[in-house]
Amino acid sequence: MADSTTMAAPTEGHNPALLHHFAEPQQQRDAASLGMWIFLATEVMFFGGLFCAYLIYRLKYFGEFAAASQQLSVKLGGTNTVVLICSSLTVVLAVWAVQHAKRTLLLGSLVATIILGFCFLGIKAVEYREKFEKHHVPGPSFQFANVPVPGHPDLMANPYHAQMYFSLYFVMTGLHALHMIIGIGFFAWLLWAAYKGRFTPEYYTPLEMGGLYWHFVDIVWIYLFPLLYLIDLRK
Amino acid sequence: MANENNPQGERENYLNKHYGVWSWLLTTDHKRIALLYLLSVTFFFFIGGFFALLIRLELLTPAGDLVQADTYNKLFTMHGMVMVFFFLIPVVPAVLGNFLVPIMIGAKDLAFPRINLLSWYLYIVAGLLITHCMLTGGVDTGWTFYTPFSTAYTNTKIIEAGLAAFVAGFSSIFTGLNFIVTIHRMRAPGMTWSRLPLFVWAHYATSIIQILGTPVVAITIVLVAAERLFHLGIFDPKLGGDPLLFQHLFWFYSHPAVYIMILPSMGIISEIIACFTRKRIFGYNFVALSSIAIAVLGFLVWAHHMFVAGISVYAALIFSFLTYFVGVPSAIKVFNWTATLYKGSIRYEAPMLYAFGFLGLFTIGGLTGLFLACLGINVHVTDTYFVVAHFHYIMVGGVLMAYLGGIHFWWPKISGKMYPEGWARLGALIVFIGFNLTFFPQFILGYVGMPRRYYQYPPEFQVLNVLSTAGSTVLGIGYLLPMLYLLWSMRYGKPAPDNPWNAAGLEWKISSPPTTFNFEEEPVVTWEAYNYEELDTPQKEEVPVGR
Amino acid sequence: MSDHSSSEHSSSLGLYFLIWAALLAGTGLTIFAATVNLGPFNAAVALIIATTKALLVALFFMHIRGASEKLLKLVVISTIFFLFILLALSMADFGTRLWS
Repeated sequence: MADSTTMAAPTEGHNPALLHHFAEPQQQRDAASLGMWIFLATEVMFFGGLFCAYLIYRLKYFGEFAAASQQLSVKLGGTNTVVLICSSLTVVLAVWAVQHAKRTLLLGSLVATIILGFCFLGIKAVEYREKFEKHHVPGPSFQFANVPVPGHPDLMANPYHAQMYFSLYFVMTGLHALHMIIGIGFFAWLLWAAYKGRFTPEYYTPLEMGGLYWHFVDIVWIYLFPLLYLIDLRK
Repeated sequence: MANENNPQGERENYLNKHYGVWSWLLTTDHKRIALLYLLSVTFFFFIGGFFALLIRLELLTPAGDLVQADTYNKLFTMHGMVMVFFFLIPVVPAVLGNFLVPIMIGAKDLAFPRINLLSWYLYIVAGLLITHCMLTGGVDTGWTFYTPFSTAYTNTKIIEAGLAAFVAGFSSIFTGLNFIVTIHRMRAPGMTWSRLPLFVWAHYATSIIQILGTPVVAITIVLVAAERLFHLGIFDPKLGGDPLLFQHLFWFYSHPAVYIMILPSMGIISEIIACFTRKRIFGYNFVALSSIAIAVLGFLVWAHHMFVAGISVYAALIFSFLTYFVGVPSAIKVFNWTATLYKGSIRYEAPMLYAFGFLGLFTIGGLTGLFLACLGINVHVTDTYFVVAHFHYIMVGGVLMAYLGGIHFWWPKISGKMYPEGWARLGALIVFIGFNLTFFPQFILGYVGMPRRYYQYPPEFQVLNVLSTAGSTVLGIGYLLPMLYLLWSMRYGKPAPDNPWNAAGLEWKISSPPTTFNFEEEPVVTWEAYNYEELDTPQKEEVPVGR
Repeated sequence: MSDHSSSEHSSSLGLYFLIWAALLAGTGLTIFAATVNLGPFNAAVALIIATTKALLVALFFMHIRGASEKLLKLVVISTIFFLFILLALSMADFGTRLWS
């Protein structure tokens, strides 16, 4: 979302980052901030449709959802949650660093964020591969035979209903991963721009906006993790 | 549009400031982007109109003799898709809204000019996708894409059409985002919320809907595409899915979408009526808040499109109840506009004729919506021509008439030329007559039982269908006429003064056409909106605004 | 208007680490609570913990708490409200299908 932030555009005037149609830098900052928050609102509704589908089918096919969910690795999912939480920390550290003009911390935090982002994607790739090997990818090759519903050892899960879970799993985590990739790309650009000295304590709007986006992606995962990985674990 | 000559040393304005194709294709000037949109939406309007013409031609005779059944399905689908996504939703915000909102609040441009240009490019990409889709076979599911037909059974180009709608949706989202930030952050000093023109309030409310609703249909399209590609079964009953889930997600956007279409048009009507009655809109606060109320309430009623689809009767009761509420703010507006007419000095220039047309036709369309909200009546007339007539009264009798009124009203500002008033009044009359002839018979047809989306019908329905088709021809002429004389006026029209209507509003204090940055100095607003009393009393000195 | 003066936005580093620790603790708690039999409340507990974590991120990492203008809070609350409408009114249909 590089376009949604106001980038430094040299104009005559005291502040090179001030765009011509704004009266003063504060107005420009406030516009960028409001714009990004509204964009995040659209993202909430975008994922929201998926949460709606998830809610309805979870209630309808609870047993199969539980059975399917237990095929996932809580360890990997939990690790990914920790990875993202740490990456949110590195993002706020980067913002703090630029506010206090600490270049090394800024660059280091951005690098750490990107690395953690790749860690997340890597673990996701491992999980997806496992799904592929166990024939849990929805479609013609989907198999889910002889898996009992948790808590009901005699009742076998209906494969079609289990496939519903995996369909939603892949669309939701896939969409989330796509957002991560975009986020990593944007942070790579932020790293380059920070390296070039584009950000100062007076102007670091793209970094702040990128941070908001990253935290949002983290929040989506905060909900995805318990909903997808932790259904009926007690049984 | 770009080739104004400057031999007499014409004043510099946004049209003649830079020349060349790239100065238009890479512009960030909201006014030029508005014109880019004007060209594109007009193009798609005629495409959608062409499909409408074919539909009406087929329906001249009871037999299905012009096209095959499958082809007919494609005709009404592409008519709907093109008209909804490529005309009705973008037209007023992207053309008139883009042009006027910054000027009306005293700003030099929108908050994010480059995103504005991006919005247009997204629209063009979407337009190319849908054009390619149409040329290579189109889609036959109805613009509503109901599952499982669209996901599991049809062989037409669902994913491409869906992608077109998806991209067009993001164009809409970015426009809405731009407007909200602009209206919050870029108002000139003294331009408080209660001094905003109602046109701006209307676009603010519209933008809320664009932001919150469009992403849901976007993800729905993603799910449909995923289902088609990977045979997922989310909406397929054979695989445990529920087709009604699609309908819930689809209509969660598509109902508020109709408010995206009508709210900006209502904003236009407020401006026109105020100017041509020389009065402040009666109940300004109520009209402004009604816009917001429509935006909010519009999100609570979507399943009234699903009363006979198989939802639970308890849900139907709830949605029917809520649907009655959403009519109230619209009714408040109609009352207030009518009250504005009382003791006004009414003038009958073309914009006002369109506004009168709007008042009558929108009221009829809105009232028939209440009929449809009633569960008992709904069972009888759902999926008949009654529904078709209802929404065309609002979309065409409402949105399109308001849009044409607005184009005429602001044409002097946009182009710097006056349109020929005589021809314009004639055009308005032709549109009004053609419209009623086309769509009123459809109310009757629907009530006596003719289903929609059918290409053949029992012979006893023919007379009404013939009337409807005849009307559509008249209507088509009524649309061609403004195209012709507005184009003519760009070259041969009388040069327009800055304020030909002596209207209130910041846009009338700047030159016609405006300069690129609208205002030389930032205006400071010290007067209320619609200060017609001041404007009509000659001795009062107007507060000078930077020109 | 929210601004970037040091008193508002640049919270102390300590606060950031505190929130980070709370988020990690919340994650652990979620996993633990999922293994305990709470009957029908398992889902509710999971969602409450998730919402708390999300609030911590939003308030402190995304700086909503520091924002002096109400507008950003209004944007967030409105969005959640409309998402809630989508979920609740859809459930009004799906949840009552079997009643009649």
